[in-house]
Amino acid sequence: MRCSSLLSALAVLGLAECSVAFAQAPGYGNLGRAPSREEIQAWNQSIGPQGKELPPGSGTAKQAEEIFAAKCAACHGPNGEGSQAAPRLIGGRGALNTPTPSRTLANYWPFATTVWDYINRAMPPKQEGSLSASDVYALTAFILYRNEIIPEGQVLDAASLPKVKMPNRDGFIPDRLEDIHSLRARGCNAGHCP
Amino acid sequence: MSSKRSPRRQFLKNGAALASFAAGAISSSSGKLFAADVPSADLHAYGQRSRFENDVRIGSLALWPIVPGARRDYGFRSPLQDSMGIITPASLHFIISHGHEPPDIDSRDHQLMIHGMVDRPLIFTLDEIKRLPSVSRLHFLECHGNSAAAGITGEPRKLTSATVQDTHGLTSCSVWTGVPLTLLLGQVGVQKGASWIVAEGSETGRHTKSIPLEKAMDDCLLAYGQNGEALRPEQGYPLRLLVPGWQGINNVKWLRRIYVVDQPYMAMMESTKYPSPRLDGKSRWFESEMGPKSVITRPSGGQQLGSRGFYEITGLAWSGGGAVRRVEVSVDGGRTWKDAQLQQPIVPKAHTRFGLSWTWNGEEAMLQSRCTDDQGHVQPTLAELSKYWGVDADYFRLPPTTADMGNFNSIQPWKVSRDGSVSNALL
Ligand code: HEC
Repeated sequence: MRCSSLLSALAVLGLAECSVAFAQAPGYGNLGRAPSREEIQAWNQSIGPQGKELPPGSGTAKQAEEIFAAKCAACHGPNGEGSQAAPRLIGGRGALNTPTPSRTLANYWPFATTVWDYINRAMPPKQEGSLSASDVYALTAFILYRNEIIPEGQVLDAASLPKVKMPNRDGFIPDRLEDIHSLRARGCNAGHCP
Repeated sequence: MSSKRSPRRQFLKNGAALASFAAGAISSSSGKLFAADVPSADLHAYGQRSRFENDVRIGSLALWPIVPGARRDYGFRSPLQDSMGIITPASLHFIISHGHEPPDIDSRDHQLMIHGMVDRPLIFTLDEIKRLPSVSRLHFLECHGNSAAAGITGEPRKLTSATVQDTHGLTSCSVWTGVPLTLLLGQVGVQKGASWIVAEGSETGRHTKSIPLEKAMDDCLLAYGQNGEALRPEQGYPLRLLVPGWQGINNVKWLRRIYVVDQPYMAMMESTKYPSPRLDGKSRWFESEMGPKSVITRPSGGQQLGSRGFYEITGLAWSGGGAVRRVEVSVDGGRTWKDAQLQQPIVPKAHTRFGLSWTWNGEEAMLQSRCTDDQGHVQPTLAELSKYWGVDADYFRLPPTTADMGNFNSIQPWKVSRDGSVSNALL
């Protein structure tokens, strides 16, 4: 611990922050163990917009017809039209410049990688993680094709999925991901951004 | 006030009835029995509140499925109407987990992996995290949808019968104990070019949230303690992230992984549910910081004033931007304002309790409070907020839709009627 006693005293009063000094201190020895490459891969299911982490596998809309009927339709409807149990996955397109914009997957979601990531980590409920990578590619293709975002025969895989441009990709402020991090630079103030 | 029940009198009455056959009942010199002892077996090992206290959280686990006639809410709201001081008991802290029940984790098995753009990816056990120097900090949490007057959960909030639990119950405040995130990021060595972290929970569905590295290095905390004990399961046991002053969604519970990356990962919630749409069709995303806000908790919606005379008007104020500097209270609908007294401690990014003495003359009154934080930002009226958003009051009267502006921090008026009843007067 590198805080001077004065700093420590201030820290007790909440007036100074010793944690910064902790972070820069040479460390806490051997705490923590190094994960193996396999462990990291097994734990890491986050798929960013560039799709770097997307696993091998591939799928088309056609290949998902049966899985969708068996594993998704009960809640999302046979045609993805939604029900009391779950939101609509297919349709709901319309203008966004109204007080009641339709925020469906096809009309609102900015990234196709998010569709893959979300199905993979969260669907179907209670059996999360049960779908194979190829199932998830196929289901994503099915939803995007039925929403007229990709052609019927398109094969989705780690290379093609990140290239799919969602209809509302340009509907957000700030547009560039690099510009999001600084609330101050964006002119956000008191909880609201321009 | 709160004349509906008098817990103390009830306690004495029931107690006296019990006392006649309870062993250990004490007679006073006048021969009258005192209340019987509370059956104590449960209270000695791990305390419980009095059986005459019955405030609970209300809400539903998630927006889905829609059950006709049942309340549809993001989560469970804290009963602010009877809150005291600034600490929310963990058992009444609001809960949001987007439909996922708390995972049943044995803390001895729990691990946190930090990896990505770091020199030394590491897995820490909870035990190792607890060996590190700890800090305790007072911070509020607030859901970005708290108080929203449009959208699905705007319905109960718009009713004149709404209570402060309905309108503001998605905020709470605790003393959180844990390790500054900077400390562990220092251990793994963040590489040049890294600019975001992605935090991930261990519940089914594994909620993830992208947070700028700048914020992660600033004041984020890996918390394992809440109000002097281990986190409750529904609050993220055994480990959660705390992102002070920012939208509740950032404070990932059941934290298992931190991935250091070079851009926001556009997880489902942050990229599709949290952006606030503007009327021109564009949406603002990652609004992150919660603005200055306050609400009177007593007298508030659904309560009943008794006789005219003295009342303390009291409530909570907070700001994600810093400490509360000033709270003003108006009893005439905002025509005139008086400075309320702020109770110590006044801590940045924490609830602050305010109070103002008031004599009710039996006439109609409109009570409201306004918070100013130490950045000089002032809580807006609904009209000011609407103007900022480019909508008119009709916007808030639309039927429930998916239109929903987050970070709603408008001033909240409560109407006191001549009969002493208090009701929601926002719209
Ligand atoms: C038991 C019911 C159920 C089943 C079965 C189910 N889902 Fe879902 N799904 C939901 C619910 C509920 C949500 C909303 C979750 C939320 O918003 O927190 C959802 C959300 C989604 C979303 C995000 C939609 C949006 O606009 O927010 C996608 C995509 C999705 N599900 C795909 C699938 C796929 C693909 C399958 C089949 C493998 C599937 N779901 C099976 C209940 C279900």
